[in-house]
Amino acid sequence: MTTFDTIWNNHLVYTGGKGGLHSRDGGPSLIYIDRHLIHEVTSPQAFEGLRVSGRKVRRPDLTFATMDHNVPTDSRSLPIIDEVSSTQIQTLIQNCREFGITLFDLASPDQGIVHIIGPQLGITLPGTTIVCGDSHTSTHGAFGAIAFGIGTSEVEHVLATQCLWIEKPKTFAINITGVRKNPHTVTPKDIILSIIRRIGTAGATGTVIEYRGNTISELSMEQRMTICNMSIEAGARAGLITPDQTTFDYIKGRRYAPRDVEIENMVDFWQENLKANRNAQFDKSVSVNISGIAPQVTWGTNPSMTIDVTESIPYPEEFAKGNENEAKAAVRALQYMDLSPGVHITDIPIDRVFIGSCTNSRLDDLMEASLVVKGRRVSSNVRAMVVPGSQQVKLDAERLGLDTVFKEAGFEWRESGCSMCLGMNPDILARGERCASTSNRNFEGRQGAGGRTHLSSPIMAAAAAIEGHFVDVREWL
Amino acid sequence: MEPFRRFRSKAIPLDMVNIDTDQIIPKQFLKLVHKTGYGKYLFYDWRFSSEGKPIEDFVLNNVKYNNRQILLTRDNFGSGSSREHAAWAIRDYGLKTIIAPSFADIFFNNCFKNGILPIRLSQQEVEYLFQNIDNVELEINLPAQEIIVTVSGNSKIMHFEVEESKKRILLDGLDEIGITLRYHPYITEYENRNSTKLPSY
Repeated sequence: MTTFDTIWNNHLVYTGGKGGLHSRDGGPSLIYIDRHLIHEVTSPQAFEGLRVSGRKVRRPDLTFATMDHNVPTDSRSLPIIDEVSSTQIQTLIQNCREFGITLFDLASPDQGIVHIIGPQLGITLPGTTIVCGDSHTSTHGAFGAIAFGIGTSEVEHVLATQCLWIEKPKTFAINITGVRKNPHTVTPKDIILSIIRRIGTAGATGTVIEYRGNTISELSMEQRMTICNMSIEAGARAGLITPDQTTFDYIKGRRYAPRDVEIENMVDFWQENLKANRNAQFDKSVSVNISGIAPQVTWGTNPSMTIDVTESIPYPEEFAKGNENEAKAAVRALQYMDLSPGVHITDIPIDRVFIGSCTNSRLDDLMEASLVVKGRRVSSNVRAMVVPGSQQVKLDAERLGLDTVFKEAGFEWRESGCSMCLGMNPDILARGERCASTSNRNFEGRQGAGGRTHLSSPIMAAAAAIEGHFVDVREWL
Repeated sequence: MEPFRRFRSKAIPLDMVNIDTDQIIPKQFLKLVHKTGYGKYLFYDWRFSSEGKPIEDFVLNNVKYNNRQILLTRDNFGSGSSREHAAWAIRDYGLKTIIAPSFADIFFNNCFKNGILPIRLSQQEVEYLFQNIDNVELEINLPAQEIIVTVSGNSKIMHFEVEESKKRILLDGLDEIGITLRYHPYITEYENRNSTKLPSY
């Protein structure tokens, strides 16, 4: 069995058909949800639905809330000027109070991006099912959990029942092997971008990815999270990694994780039940050798539109490989990005740099980015900001003096939140501005209407801030 | 939810692959705390200039496509963000069905929760509809899982697949949470059975 199958089977509440509406094989099963994370943007209508129907939250003890999507990242002592954002935040506070849900609010030292704080607080555990009204919930799969994003109707459904009806997804093994010559310059972000570039943005639709292979085993938990985080960018329902000693060591001692005898028993249970099975049968598989890969940079308006830093912008036909509709999309992307085929990616001037998001705002990401920042200055043409993923990441980074490194180089050092990944708060690109970003989506207007996003690793984004354009960081380290 | 009834309409052609939910409803409209009124923001950044003026060559601004209830598009529609606001905007605009060769998973699910029927057809069928967009009239018959496609007086039928319980929920406009709450004994039994395997707080 795959790790996914094992966790799935452990969470079956009812398989006999939904409401007597279904009796064939392949219909949805009722699945228990162990952890429900909520935030201000996709939850208000769900709570309103509960109130209208006079329903309560079944398991407030398994539900955790924070505010991250629209929060300003300047000083926490300032009022929130945007009234609509402020209303949304107040609504979450009231809803959590009314329904008895633990909330990490703006005053909390535990506030941060929902996918950063879940693991950090030990809420995210192996063998569990985790949902959140956010597509990047796939991040938590790094712990060997089935973790996936849901819409607001399903948020309401989980609040009321702690369960979801789901048709069992297919399984997709991605075997990642090979050795990175310099792990500082070829990062997990480069690995996942190169995979999406290969399989496409719908390459994993309808499946749960299991990332396997020696490269995965060698990665830290923070690095594994970057990989699983972007599973959704390949269209996957979820992405997971079978837990191992690295996973168990990370969890021990975290606030909401089990303690003492209980954690020892659970580790025994996980080791026994969730061990990697060489003979597991997957519906689909692909093997990737990462020994030769270069730092990756996106040039277009979806994450599969990616090239090596040593390459030039492709011609639409070259990118589309015979698919007429993809070629049309590439033409449109080039127009939106104001780029011409044949231009070298390192020759394009950058206006903004964003280091942050649930993909790349953990301590490890900031430490890596700082390697090329120390002793250098941000280009005078660039406005660069670092947005730590959580208050705890910020504090940990400050203890290591990283804030000083970034600030002395000319970066802004901000409070935690989703920030410029999706630009729901004041951190947005102006029309026409071009940004090197460590986030996960380069869609049209994602970081601000008319803004142009190039995705890369933290160290590549940091180097771009210094030079004012992308550089091959392998030449620096 | 309003039950999904048989209807006839022409389609609005949106001839692009990989349309993500950031395009369907841009982030500036996600700050509201209700479920209605999003139709005016559907495809906002493609529909309106930065000054708020309609962009003439975008399909929703073409009077010829006004009041159509079907959106015809290409592969991987609804990719990206899980925002259900995308489905709310589509419903509020007056669209009842989206036809494409493939959809992204979360968006596909969200449609059924909001009385919208997403239909997967083959590449050839979708291409045929695009080719005949000005003349083709579609009649959506969900119970039979078929579309009666009429071009210049000649009709043919295109079949589609839809998971049985999703179909029932659309047809009957059921309250899904209400259905699940009837499984309360199974849920409680599961919780009792697994209480030792899950850490408590």
